[in-house]
This record gives sequence, C-alpha cells and structure tokens, in this order.
Amino acid sequence: MSSRQLKRLIPVVVMAGLTGAPSVQADEFTQEDLKRWEGQFMEVVKQGRDLWTHPLGTNSVSCAQCHPNAANTHPETYPKFQKQLGKVALIGDMINWCIRNPAEGQPLALDDPKMIAIQAYINYERRGVPMAPGKH
Amino acid sequence: MNTRISRRDFLKGAGALAAIGALPISLVELAFADSAENFTFAYISDAHIQHIKGTEFVRNWDRGLIRAVAETNLLTPKPDFIMFGGDLAQLGSKPELDHGAEIMSALSGKVYYVMGEHDYYLDLGQYWEQLFGPQYHSFDHKGVHFVVLNSVLTYDDWTYKRWPTAEQRMLEMAGLDNPNGSPFMVGEKQRQWLQVDLQKVGKDTPIVVFSHSPIQKIYKGWNFWTEDADEVQALLKPFKKVTVIYGHVHQIQYNQIGNISFHAVMATAWPWPYPATYSQVEQHLPKLTVPMNRADPFFERDATGWQFINLATGNVDMRYNLYNNSSRTVAFNPKTGQPEDAMYQPADQRIPPQIHF
Repeated sequence: MSSRQLKRLIPVVVMAGLTGAPSVQADEFTQEDLKRWEGQFMEVVKQGRDLWTHPLGTNSVSCAQCHPNAANTHPETYPKFQKQLGKVALIGDMINWCIRNPAEGQPLALDDPKMIAIQAYINYERRGVPMAPGKH
Repeated sequence: MNTRISRRDFLKGAGALAAIGALPISLVELAFADSAENFTFAYISDAHIQHIKGTEFVRNWDRGLIRAVAETNLLTPKPDFIMFGGDLAQLGSKPELDHGAEIMSALSGKVYYVMGEHDYYLDLGQYWEQLFGPQYHSFDHKGVHFVVLNSVLTYDDWTYKRWPTAEQRMLEMAGLDNPNGSPFMVGEKQRQWLQVDLQKVGKDTPIVVFSHSPIQKIYKGWNFWTEDADEVQALLKPFKKVTVIYGHVHQIQYNQIGNISFHAVMATAWPWPYPATYSQVEQHLPKLTVPMNRADPFFERDATGWQFINLATGNVDMRYNLYNNSSRTVAFNPKTGQPEDAMYQPADQRIPPQIHF
C-alpha cells in the first residue's frame, strides 16, 4: 500500500471511530443482521395485514373483503398501463383508487408508512411469483 | 346434442331496459323435454348488506341487491319461486338482516332463504329464523324435490367455547382468509335428518340441494369447502339426477361428481378471486369450470349478478346474468353427462380475461 493510499484511508478509519460503527467492511453482515432485518420487514408486513383487514375509508369496508390474502392485486405486474386511468400506474395508485372508491376514504401519500406497510403485505403474499411488469 | 335452443325475451319492458343499457334482454333457454314440464326459478345470493352506523349501510352492496331484485321482478315468464343463497348480512346483525329483508320484500313471488355464515355466527341464526323460517327443510315443486341445508355449521368447540363474545365469533368467521376461522360442515344431526327426508323420495325424482358452502372440497383456506361433503354426497348417491347449488364463492364454478352436478351462483355484492390466484397454496378448482372474466374494479357491479335456472329436464341449466360482462349459460349436456358452458367450454373458445393468475 502506498503512503498516498494510506492517507486516503485515514479519514475513513477516523470516521468509523467517531461514529462507533463496528470495524467490519460494509458488505459483510452476519446471521444476526439477517434475522434482525427480516424481523423488521415482517413487522411491517404484519402492520400491512392489519390495515388490510380493517377499514381504511369511511364505510367500514376493508381491502380483505374483496382481496382475501391480497389475491387479485397482482403487485408483480406494476407499473403497468392501467386502461381505466389511461396511463402507466403504480400499485400505490391502485391502492389509493380502492381507498377512494370502494372504501370511500382519503388517499394516502405514496410514502406514507401505511402505504409502505400495505405494499409490504401484498408483495409478501405474492412472494415467489416472477416479476411481470406491464402484464395483463 | 338434441338440444332445441330457442331465444325468448325473458325480461318485460325490454325497450326501457335497453335505454339503461348493459341489461340482458334476450336469454337462451335450453329445453330438453316437454315444455309443459318446464319451470324456472331465480337465484339471488351473497348480498352482504353491511351496516356502517345509524341508518347508513354500504351503498355499493345495497345497490347490488336492489338491482337484482328489480331485474328478477322483470322476468317473464315469471319464475316459480326465488331462492336467496345466503349471506344476506355482513355481520349477522338485526339492522343488516332487517335492511336486507326490506330490500328483498320488493320481490314478487315466493322466496326461500339459505343460511350463510355471515347471517349465522352472531346469534346462531335466531333472528334469521324469525324472519325467514327454519334453517333446514325440504319442499316439493312440480316433481322436483328441493332440499335447503345449513351447511355453514362447524365444530362445537369453535362455536361455543372459543370466543369471549358473539360479536368476536362473528368477526372471526366473517374474514374469508382468517386463519382463526373453522371449516364449514352440515353436521351429523342434519345429515340424519336428510337421510330420513330422502327415504320418501323416489330414486328417479330429480333432487336439487341448496347450500351456502360448496358440498365439495375446493380450497379449505377460504372455506370453499364443506368438511363432511363426502358424507352428504353419499346420501345423494342413490338418486338419478342430483344438483347442488351453492353460494359463498362469489364466482362461477361448476363440476360433476358421479351423479351430482354442482353449480355456484354469483354474488350481488362483490366478486371473489379464484383460489388459484393465491400463489402460496394448492387448491382444487374443478377442471370443468371455465372461470368468469377477471373483474374490472372500476365498474362496481362487474363480475357480480344473479341467475335464473331452468329445470326442464330435472337437470339444471344455469343462466348467469352478469353485469358489464357477457352473460353465461352453463347447461347439463346429456351426452357427456356434465354441466358445460354453452359458448366457452372448448379450450380454443376461451378468451384472455378468463385466464386468472
């Protein structure tokens, strides 16, 4: 290692020391990390399932009434051309369409934690199905 | 096929209806026998009238039932009677059953009711019985023996011991995909009653059984299932012509098991996905079934509807009146001995919306 390369490394090491991060490389993670991340994800899936089975709008209708186990939501086909909207739409647009219409409620921001949880849930129920953007 | 297909206007006031559009005004009747023996009945099912609060109910589901009632009243010739296939209510409450009964009261003609799980699990059918009569019974009509079953019972432990309140019991059973639910069954007591009831019926007499759940095993996870289906089928086996008509599944399904034809009816409230669209499980949709078109959620009545049934031969010809979709006819084909779709049965006649994934 040349002294020039070494000089470049020093600020990184100092930074690591300052923030108290463990002294492993960024692309190394452990079984515990995997477990923790999965736990974080599954917690949000669980929140999504809870939202799915409770009313999101004003008329007491829940998503699960028409979509048991999030069936017929086809998250793997989005973005896709949604003929009724006349444009390529996100799954989030369709979730909001359902909240507005059958559930008679107010749409969520696309980055609303509830929107993220709902998408985590419906994608999890569809795990293993190949991506098929644009499919009808 | 020695089928005489005659076109006939079944709905009165066709001109007025054509103006509204999307209503079928001309229906195909498949007649196999002496037309003097012919009779029809209408079938409305799964209205899921849902109480919000006070005098508010979910508008979408109300409209579905109101439309089915209005159109059934326009049928000509007038159906001999009307069946309601269960799940009049969403959570079995008095306001829901009362509101549903009020909408149904606009029907002209005799109405028979089948018990659905959404009607049952709040008070175990007590108030429903006051409104509509016994939970299971039989009657004879023009040479056909009709049996009405309550097929949505389940294990006593689940019904009587598991839940702290009746409201929670109702909510747990109301969630179609709820893992806390419990499989439907007819139960031993009712099977014994059925055995006795059928003793007086000739083996050549056509039998039509009305149940809410399929008396066959399709997918347990959503209770497209009856736990003692095999035992009930065994009781029906000695008879020449047997048809089971069921609700619950909110979709077109049909099947033939031995001597028994099976037909599902549509919901007026909302359509349900076919179990195959839940990719995490195995399911057993009858191979015979040509699925209904995938529903377009932007048309709130799409893939919902009602049906009328022709019993000319003692076998069932089912006419599905679908909104925003071409109507479907599934008729018993005496050559193959099974129900078949009049248009889409051959594999090369299927259309892209019938592919579910």
